[in-house]
Amino acid sequence: MKNMSFGQKVLTFIRDNTVPIMFVVICAICIPLSGFSFSYLLNEIITRMGRNIFLILALLIPIMSGMGLNFGMTLGAMAGEIALIFVSDWQIWGIPGVVLAMILSIPISVLLGAFCGKILNMAKGREMITSYIISFFMNGIYQLIVLYMMGSIIPIKHFSVKLPRGYGIRNTVSLLNMRQCLDNLLAIRIKGVKIPVLTFLIIALLCVFIIWFRRTKLGQDMRAVGQDLNVARDAGINVERTRIISIIISTVLAGFGMVIYLQNMGNIATYSSHSQIGMFCIAALLVGGASVDRASIGNVFLGVILFHTMFIVAPKAGAQITGDSMIGEYFRVFVSYGVITLSLIMYETKKRKNKSLVGQQLAMDQLSEEAK
Amino acid sequence: MYEPLDKSSLTLRERISGFVNSFGLPRLIIAAFLLVLYIAAPFVGAGFWIQISNTINRFSWNAIMVLAMVPMIHSGCGLNFGLPLGIISGLLGATLSIEFGFTGPMSFLMAILIATPIAILLGVVYGWLLNKIKGGEMMIATYVGFSSVSFMCMMWLLLPYHSPTMVWGFAGKGLRTTISLEGFYDKVLANFLQINIGTLSIPTGTLLFFALLAFAMWAFLHTKTGTAMTAVGSNPTFAKAAGVNVDKMRLLSVVLSTWLAAIGILVYEQGFGFIQLYMAPFYMALPAVSAILIGGASVNKASIANVIIGTFLFQGIVTMTPTVMNNMIHMDMSEVIRVVASQGMILYALTRKTEATK
Repeated sequence: MKNMSFGQKVLTFIRDNTVPIMFVVICAICIPLSGFSFSYLLNEIITRMGRNIFLILALLIPIMSGMGLNFGMTLGAMAGEIALIFVSDWQIWGIPGVVLAMILSIPISVLLGAFCGKILNMAKGREMITSYIISFFMNGIYQLIVLYMMGSIIPIKHFSVKLPRGYGIRNTVSLLNMRQCLDNLLAIRIKGVKIPVLTFLIIALLCVFIIWFRRTKLGQDMRAVGQDLNVARDAGINVERTRIISIIISTVLAGFGMVIYLQNMGNIATYSSHSQIGMFCIAALLVGGASVDRASIGNVFLGVILFHTMFIVAPKAGAQITGDSMIGEYFRVFVSYGVITLSLIMYETKKRKNKSLVGQQLAMDQLSEEAK
Repeated sequence: MYEPLDKSSLTLRERISGFVNSFGLPRLIIAAFLLVLYIAAPFVGAGFWIQISNTINRFSWNAIMVLAMVPMIHSGCGLNFGLPLGIISGLLGATLSIEFGFTGPMSFLMAILIATPIAILLGVVYGWLLNKIKGGEMMIATYVGFSSVSFMCMMWLLLPYHSPTMVWGFAGKGLRTTISLEGFYDKVLANFLQINIGTLSIPTGTLLFFALLAFAMWAFLHTKTGTAMTAVGSNPTFAKAAGVNVDKMRLLSVVLSTWLAAIGILVYEQGFGFIQLYMAPFYMALPAVSAILIGGASVNKASIANVIIGTFLFQGIVTMTPTVMNNMIHMDMSEVIRVVASQGMILYALTRKTEATK
């Protein structure tokens, strides 16, 4: 690193941070065009940080254990939603409702996470596509439970939750009595910008937990598994169990994250809230400079800020440029998918390059051995 | 050299036992379920022959898109979750053909002619990309499909289309979400030699068109190039040692698959009667993927028979469950059943021991 010229250093920096730099440029172009005031933007971004960061942090642990981007975090989101449906059926509101929903989501998340982990262990080497299909599969089961079994087999009583036909849950479940109760407790306002201190405290707590967890025996095991499955197995680590645990932790955290997300939104779109969550969280994480095998807490924060700035300003900026507001809407969807595509491609090419580098190194070593 | 791969060298008995082994439990359940639906149909008041016609109709719409899975599976690129890319070439062909003022059967022919170079171009780029990232094809294919669909969402609005049958009435620009094909190529294949016996109707033309393409695919897989492609899929190292250009074969398979997807969507449209733009192609890869898997293909093995059986079973379930289930238990659970069956099938295939080819 030291004997590189300044120009080379800049080039490596740009190459290693292509996606975040691209996003800074997009945001820099779109913000003036959108014409939003600075305080409005700041307010929106802080709200969205409180809403999304917990969910995105749930992605970190599977990346650590080498299982890639956990598209199965949708399962945790479903668990959170089911828990919230129960809580709102029992009419328990406010902070107790949120806490109870979190507690209720744990057993569901653990169950779903264990299922997901088991299947991913059967599909080693293609975890991402498998976890992606699992989220679709589970969406079917979720519909079966929420639309047909709730109210007919699983007792649901309250009219505001149940469909008039006697079973199934309404399209939207209002959480009006729970809306932003976490965010408003201890919230402070600075010049009209609301800062949800308690939500940020919870997020900080999770960050501390993740940092601590990396240093525990289990965390170290996960990193070893992530480095190399076979080496870890030879070192006496129960690879399968470690991988399942990492998915379970991720699912449980995603369940908590979903409860935080929905209390901020103030209602549950019963059949669609969870479906896009995985995609947006993963896109945000990647925008922050993470890759499939390496992600830090810093990536999460940077990603949320950049991604959501783009998300807020794109429709308005698009309307300014083309005169059609739909263009901006489509543009942000395109960028979300584009970022994931680009990151996946960069990760795979890097992996292949490293592999051939290792091969070349081996060949060189052998040559020099023979020369001796 | 490729003798061991040739299926004809197996005895009949080996073939039968191999077939039974490869049939698998989920496929058996799905086939049995469909059989029960057909048996139950007359009892719950859903006309048997109408159901059969519906199934055959939907089979004829979708079969070519399922056929598009075959070349990439053969060359070891896995399941083509990037099908929407080919679909987009087809949509471009369709809209451009109408824009240029072609009508009737001619518009169908022109749509194919225009879609072909686009599909080949996109297929080459897509194939080049997939050669760069061997081993991670399926995930990247999924997202290539998604990004291209969302990119085209912007393009449908921005491209200078003017044909009054396609653009929004009062804005005068930007394509509509659904475009009717009446007067263009609506049912152009289906009406060719159509057979009607009572309530049973068979879209012979569409079936013949599929049969033609399927036969061409079968014949291609038995040519020298086709065998080389299969060799690349089953053992790339061996293929390389035998002097086959692995990357070129993979590229060819991707181009073929993309082109078939383009033709597939055109055939789908002529049966359905509408062009669907914007987000419509988004999830179109999943039904095709699960259909070929239900038909008995695996992540790295597929045949024309898999395509035919799979499309029939899958479309059978799609058409039968809403009517029969609705009449039977007065609950429309078809969506749930379709999702669980099709995604479950994909999951089953992904978790099989057959290693993803590197």
